[in-house]
Amino acid sequence: VAVSAGRPTGEPEPENPLVAGLERLPVAPTTLVIFGATGDLARRKLLPALYNLAHEGALPERFHLVGVSRKEKEDEDYRGECEQAIRRFSRRTPDEDVLNSLLDNVRYVPGTFDEDSVYSELGSVLDEFEEEAGEPLNRAFYLSTAPSFFPVIVGQLGRSQLAQHERGEVRLIIEKPFGTTLEEARELNRAVLGIFDENQVFRIDHYLGKETVQNMMAFRFANGMFEPLWNRNYIDSVQITAAEDLGIGTRADYYDSAGALRDLIQNHMLQLLCHVAMEPPVSFTAEAVRNEKVKVLQAIPEPTAAEIPDMALRAQYAAGHAGGDDVPGYLEEEGVPEGSTTETYAALRLEVDNWRWAGVPFYLRTGKRLARKITEIAVTLKPVPHLAFSQDGSLGVQPNQLVLTLQPNEGVSLSLGAKIPGTRMLIRPVNMEFQYGTAFLSQSPEAYERLITDAMRGDATLFTRNDEVEAQWRICDPIVKAWSPTDAQTPAPPVAGYAAGSQGPKEAEELLRDGDRWRAI
Amino acid sequence: MDSGARSDAVWSEQGTTPDAIEAALRRLLVDVHAENGNYVPARVLNMIAFVDREWSGEIANRLRGVGRYHASRLVVLSYEPHRERLDARVMIASDGEPQPGELALLHETVVVELGERHLDDLLTIADPLVVTDLPTLLWSPHGHHEVVSELLALSQAVLLDSVDEPSSQEGLDRAWELSDQAYVVDLAWLRTTPWRERVAASFDPLGRRQELRTISGVTVRHHPESTAAAMLLAGWLTSRLDWTPQPLSADGDALVGKALANGQDVALRLEAAPELQVRGLEDVTLQTASGRSLLLGRGPGGLHARSRDEQGREREWTIPGASRGETGVLGEGIRQALLRDPTYVPALTAARAMLSSAGGANPVATRS
Repeated sequence: VAVSAGRPTGEPEPENPLVAGLERLPVAPTTLVIFGATGDLARRKLLPALYNLAHEGALPERFHLVGVSRKEKEDEDYRGECEQAIRRFSRRTPDEDVLNSLLDNVRYVPGTFDEDSVYSELGSVLDEFEEEAGEPLNRAFYLSTAPSFFPVIVGQLGRSQLAQHERGEVRLIIEKPFGTTLEEARELNRAVLGIFDENQVFRIDHYLGKETVQNMMAFRFANGMFEPLWNRNYIDSVQITAAEDLGIGTRADYYDSAGALRDLIQNHMLQLLCHVAMEPPVSFTAEAVRNEKVKVLQAIPEPTAAEIPDMALRAQYAAGHAGGDDVPGYLEEEGVPEGSTTETYAALRLEVDNWRWAGVPFYLRTGKRLARKITEIAVTLKPVPHLAFSQDGSLGVQPNQLVLTLQPNEGVSLSLGAKIPGTRMLIRPVNMEFQYGTAFLSQSPEAYERLITDAMRGDATLFTRNDEVEAQWRICDPIVKAWSPTDAQTPAPPVAGYAAGSQGPKEAEELLRDGDRWRAI
Repeated sequence: MDSGARSDAVWSEQGTTPDAIEAALRRLLVDVHAENGNYVPARVLNMIAFVDREWSGEIANRLRGVGRYHASRLVVLSYEPHRERLDARVMIASDGEPQPGELALLHETVVVELGERHLDDLLTIADPLVVTDLPTLLWSPHGHHEVVSELLALSQAVLLDSVDEPSSQEGLDRAWELSDQAYVVDLAWLRTTPWRERVAASFDPLGRRQELRTISGVTVRHHPESTAAAMLLAGWLTSRLDWTPQPLSADGDALVGKALANGQDVALRLEAAPELQVRGLEDVTLQTASGRSLLLGRGPGGLHARSRDEQGREREWTIPGASRGETGVLGEGIRQALLRDPTYVPALTAARAMLSSAGGANPVATRS
């Protein structure tokens, strides 16, 4: 019998009648351990998120933070770094008293991630907190390190007995990328699941923490008007775009080894596709939602080597213009290796071979240094079967298009045919628009605030399951391989080019079915 | 009176009519949108505030502080008994210029100056001024119960502060009376939210949930004018934990008594804390039959917690959290008009039952 928090699983939990009606559900007392505590992600995202949770009174009743990193420093020095990071990156100006309350509970453990002594010291610190609290505290280990350290840390947590806690829950939070190939993802899953149970593992895809992505489920499953149309009988194609106007900035090291396909499509964009294509889950529990998403991924055929040139395209930006300035091409960016073939743009045409979606192309594209920043999902409906209207003298009747914009202005827009005022029956498309920002008073929390809270609460709905990760890689891995040099004699296939600030490579048109076209970015 | 946001368009007229005001609103919106298409009107909530003109400045100050929780259309009916003429001002404001590719939300404020002679036709004045199909929140911070009764026809939610009435009994009775006709957002209840969240969290770990059934004493210390808030907290525990409320009695500045729980009595003590400078609660102490206790009190940077276990060992710590302040509570009240808290009315019911002898006879009805 698996034991969780000293209680056989399956035994019904006694209810807490006090939580009814509360907007914010309780989080059990927890110590959060961040590996890679001095890194960029911790400074820019995790620490500000923790401060904002503290500000709103949303941290657990007992909360401690332990930073683990290679650099030798004292607790006080690390608290100073946390303070600086929070002041610089928090979405609100810190309240001094709240900040001090949070920092009082921060500790630091120095050392490299493979050292036994790091974990014995960490164990002592965790025990000390429990002694002080007089009760067991849940433990959440956040791996905010380079992916190569994931198996090392997981192995050490297992060896040092920190992966289990007789009287509390232990959770493992893993940042992306979860592997860089299918085989790596499988190896990592084996390493992680050799130590932890799947229900202890929370793989972060921060897109899932965005309100906009969560809203997609509300949009589809809380509105009766869309679901009857949401299938191959009425939908002609789906187009998912994640465009950025910026270049790679200072991230050449990471980006050149990842590329657009691994950076966005393998995780975030396939998740968006899942949200568009999934069947209604029987409930919104983690397992029910993730079961439906996995079914979508499994319905996407693994591309064969012969199919890839026709369904996948990669490209790299060349020098061009952005924001009124001249900007360099990818190969001229600082830190990019000479002759790199890493793609800064990727586009795919995928099919979801199931009853609902057979024959409907799903187009995915993402790129750096495109005309503007936008993330959207455009669903094009089939044209009406018969046109009684004249097409002369106007744009005529166009297929309806439903566009869900995720950023920058979250909203929904539906294009409709409308009569142009005048004596003739001329039709042109008009937009019916809804902007989420106009309809809610609340500010959306940062994705990491939501995700850290959910992980501490043990709610895995917004995290990626092991089979989901592997199913995503099953689709992308053949493309990664096809775009890589097979050996020294066989170079990588050529990479298309596009001017910075443009709509992307013209070759992307070749992925489209006859009659389809990319939406303007 | 405005929300404190930058004013983009203004219209005013003396001796005006509701139709003229509504036409001006439409025209101003068209003008502002034509100037820049990225200006879009917020469409979340109407709020009607009926205020005494002499105190309208104070209300304006309070509303300025609510920031993003400003209702998308605020209709202020500013009342001056002897006024004969209907005057109005319309302001359309945004928080700033729209950034490229982004929207700037517009909020509309309508101030109508009116007198006693207009009260009979108040509904016909307010009705054309609210946005159709948006929920409407009604707030009358200076009393005027008869006006509230009239305007309830336009409203789905009523904002009140049960500590505003002369006595806690009257405050809770007023909330009870209105809760039968609209959704009540009670600021006194919202002041208890962080306390309710923390008490719920303290007993949420699996090992502690059983202890909820062994609570033997509850002490709530409160601002001298916030007895109603303390009553609501006690009522919340009573209703959620299936205790049977009993009337409390006065003991100096405190109300004392008990609730009947399954198998034992729960001692209740609600006590004024004169040192507390702001409305709301000062601290809450819960004791269990086994001798454990937990005190949660206001402190710098969050709630100060002190626990004592069965062996008498004490522990103290701080649970971080920023104070919302009174403007934050008001903003939260506006936001809550769009939600529904199913636990308020049961808590109110239990609180009234506890006050039924302490503050005068009061029949206790049940409503969930």
